[in-house]
Amino acid sequence: MANHQPLDFKNNVSRALKDTQLIKNIQSAMNTLVLKRKNIFSDDAETEQLRTLGNATKSLALSKLPELLERLEKKCTENGIRVHWAETIPEANQLVLDIMKSHDATRLVKGKSMVSEEMELNAYLQQHGIEALETDLGEFIIQLNHETPAHIIVPAIHKNRDQISKIFHDNIPDSPYTENVDELNAIARKTLRKKFQKADVGLSGVNFAVAETGTLCLVENEGNGRMCTTVPGVHIALMGLEKVVEKLEDLPPMLRLLIGSATGQLITTYVNMITSPRKPGEKDGPKEVHLIILDNGRSKIYADAQRRQTLYCIRCGTCLSHCPVYNRIGGHAYGYIYPGPIGKILNPQVEGLEAAGVLATASSLCNACEEVCPVKIPIPELIRRIRNESYSKDPTSTVAGHGYKSNWIESLTWKIWAIANTYPLLNAAGIKIMGALGLKLPKVGPLKQWTHCRKAPEFAPQSLQELVKQNGVDNE
Amino acid sequence: MPNYPDNPQKVYYFGTCLVNMFYPGAGMAGIKLLQQNGVQVIFPSQQTCCGQPAYNSGFPDEARTVARKQMELFYKDYPIVVPSGSCAGMMRHHYPKLFENDPRIDEIVRFSGRIFELSEFLVHALNIKLEDQGPPIKVTWHSSCHALREMEVTEDSKSLIRQLKKVELVELQNESDCCGFGGTFAVKQPAISAVMVKDKTADIQQTGAQRLITGDCGCLMNINGAMQYENKSIKGQHLAEFIWERINGESSTA
Amino acid sequence: MSEQSRQRIFARLTAGSQQVSAPIVKPDPMPAKTYNQAEKIEKLKTLMEAMRTEVHVTDAQNWIYKLEEILKTRELKSLVYPPETALGETLQSHWEKDASGLPQLIPYETEIEDFKDRLFSIDAGITTVAGAIADPGALILWPSNKEPRLMSLVPSIHIAVLEADKIFSSFLEAMQKEKWATKMPTNVVLISGPSKTADIEMTLAFGVHGPRELIVLIVEK
Repeated sequence: MANHQPLDFKNNVSRALKDTQLIKNIQSAMNTLVLKRKNIFSDDAETEQLRTLGNATKSLALSKLPELLERLEKKCTENGIRVHWAETIPEANQLVLDIMKSHDATRLVKGKSMVSEEMELNAYLQQHGIEALETDLGEFIIQLNHETPAHIIVPAIHKNRDQISKIFHDNIPDSPYTENVDELNAIARKTLRKKFQKADVGLSGVNFAVAETGTLCLVENEGNGRMCTTVPGVHIALMGLEKVVEKLEDLPPMLRLLIGSATGQLITTYVNMITSPRKPGEKDGPKEVHLIILDNGRSKIYADAQRRQTLYCIRCGTCLSHCPVYNRIGGHAYGYIYPGPIGKILNPQVEGLEAAGVLATASSLCNACEEVCPVKIPIPELIRRIRNESYSKDPTSTVAGHGYKSNWIESLTWKIWAIANTYPLLNAAGIKIMGALGLKLPKVGPLKQWTHCRKAPEFAPQSLQELVKQNGVDNE
Repeated sequence: MPNYPDNPQKVYYFGTCLVNMFYPGAGMAGIKLLQQNGVQVIFPSQQTCCGQPAYNSGFPDEARTVARKQMELFYKDYPIVVPSGSCAGMMRHHYPKLFENDPRIDEIVRFSGRIFELSEFLVHALNIKLEDQGPPIKVTWHSSCHALREMEVTEDSKSLIRQLKKVELVELQNESDCCGFGGTFAVKQPAISAVMVKDKTADIQQTGAQRLITGDCGCLMNINGAMQYENKSIKGQHLAEFIWERINGESSTA
Repeated sequence: MSEQSRQRIFARLTAGSQQVSAPIVKPDPMPAKTYNQAEKIEKLKTLMEAMRTEVHVTDAQNWIYKLEEILKTRELKSLVYPPETALGETLQSHWEKDASGLPQLIPYETEIEDFKDRLFSIDAGITTVAGAIADPGALILWPSNKEPRLMSLVPSIHIAVLEADKIFSSFLEAMQKEKWATKMPTNVVLISGPSKTADIEMTLAFGVHGPRELIVLIVEK
């Protein structure tokens, strides 16, 4: 999102926690996705090997990112795909608009693209009189309801069927009210089919861009992606610059990881590999194909060896599905387009810590995400890094907004904590006093938060140190 | 699989700060279980904390200061047994990362290699055998996230409970769900943490268990605190203390 | 503007790539699973049927009759086909003999700009495939001048004729044996079943935007 206001996370959370229907819908769906993933990755040893391969593939590709991007650009250009570079979101939006304008186009059909959400492309185009219609069913539903996606893979998962029925009935002319899923799908099919037929330009994301052959690889189940990239005369593909892989042979394991993690399938209905626009003699396909490569802060994340791992993400969404926090607050509460664990590390780095750093506090560091990430991003480690940067006054830090949380109270608290825990006599004395008082700690600050729903812990009358001495345990 | 020592004679014991302050009985139980199985336990009296609270909160320098102190105290080449998956995980898996740029990283890696969580040590290094002396009881088990995912000792802990013949272990429906403690998470995101612990206590209640057993005092403090607040009759207890009482019919602090 | 952005992006990436330490070693590829011919057919059939594809194993003599049966039971009015292929010629001569009860054959022989509305109203499309992949169970569509891309997408029913000896054990095997990297065409699509979605309450529904039905005729020699 282009908005740099600090996120009102507290309020978002509060609202989400009260929305019991939302949370029920989310938890039910996430539970399904978790089970499906477990089922498709049932061989632990094989899964581990595959994840290691995924991690190495991304790591190696990113280690030569400039070279691979150059090769990708060269190959695409040779094949007739026009490559454009956008450093910022406004530039990317302008590029799309320029392409539309060059064809006097006013109707755009969109396949699912998280980058386009990052760009808030639909709103931008609408301001310029262009209809940008979502065609992925989940995205279509939320677009009708003027919402943003609640999950990377299943954007409308926070809605149950009667909510969707109402959305369709209220927004699609001449459509009967029905809660039958097949009938709802039939309505969407009929409505969108006309749009595919009439659209001037089709837009898509890119799951993987292969440098070796200049191929854009897209996966989907519905067929709307193929419609968008094949029916209109112009196709615009949007990708983050981290999506490039080196070889065509990298695709089978990466697709297995992406698809298995995202939807629990062995393979999606369609794996669409596009290498050029329509060639002479061919009868269909777009005559113009554009690839817009977006930076939006990725090249800055890239420069830091540890933070670079954020860019391994293949947008499978499985970290969201497994996250106990996501499962309690849903996607919108995160405020930025990428929710869940990946959002906790990506958004602060892209938007700056003042704007989004609070997201890094929304984790109990349970490691459920890291355990399932198909490319082994050490998310908890990166969360700790963001927390560190939030307080760090290190002038060499390259994280925008670092040190924004630095305050004398917390700094002092941790210094005292460090002293108390390195000078054990001080520590023991402190504990002795608390123990002798035999009472609870005073209910201020953090303890006030604790005791909203829990009884406060009590200091034991004798510490372990003392019991150990009494029991004659050796100390050397 | 870590390298478990064969027939260890002496071990260090790292009590952990939460055990020291709030659950010393659990700490003593762990020590006595080791002693009862022929191991001499050494408890360096100046130990304090593994440093995890600062590390997780974004204060790695302070964490390093405290961690260095602990490593100095546990300098001999004995295994270090820790009655907490969370603290054991910190010292085994995170110290090497915390000190990755330290000139003494090799020593630190060796230190980390000597860390064992209590139940994995009892099972794999001591091959402990437990004779249950207590009356029939139904319990349920909660694993801390770090015991489950970093130290991977959950099965070891549960196997110890399963050795106790009159103890019926009923599993939670969502056993691998985080209880919402997360150290400072509980106070930085209290609303989310509250929902997580409530879900956990509801799950515990539906098992019909009389007791909640866990190997981590952070989780114990969190879950027990919530159960008491909710006036539930279920009592939470540390695994070591529970085992000691079952096999000796008496409290570890007696 | 795009050029200046490109320069700035590359400047940062180049500087960044020089900062990272140890070279990364790529681990070995996943062990290859290979199947014999009978296993390939079985695996392909099973996996595709699980994705609700209708699969028929036939032979060179009988596949056309199976096709007739499929078309007749659905009472289809029109079938778009690729006229300049061997498949197309076979269909043409077969229809010429007796087309009763069969849909009208519509050749895809002009550019889409002149054919779009017609194509969108045709009931079914029939194509060849370049091959198939046993694991994870998918057809390899390799569109060309002679077999345009939209044939396997726009009509609600897609019928694919697959020669049984063109089934590969895995996606990687297909790529390597056929040296895809040296000859990627405009478009290659793997298709594992009819189109579907689970976007509404995770409930599976078929025939969203792509074909509602995928029918595969595996033709053994």
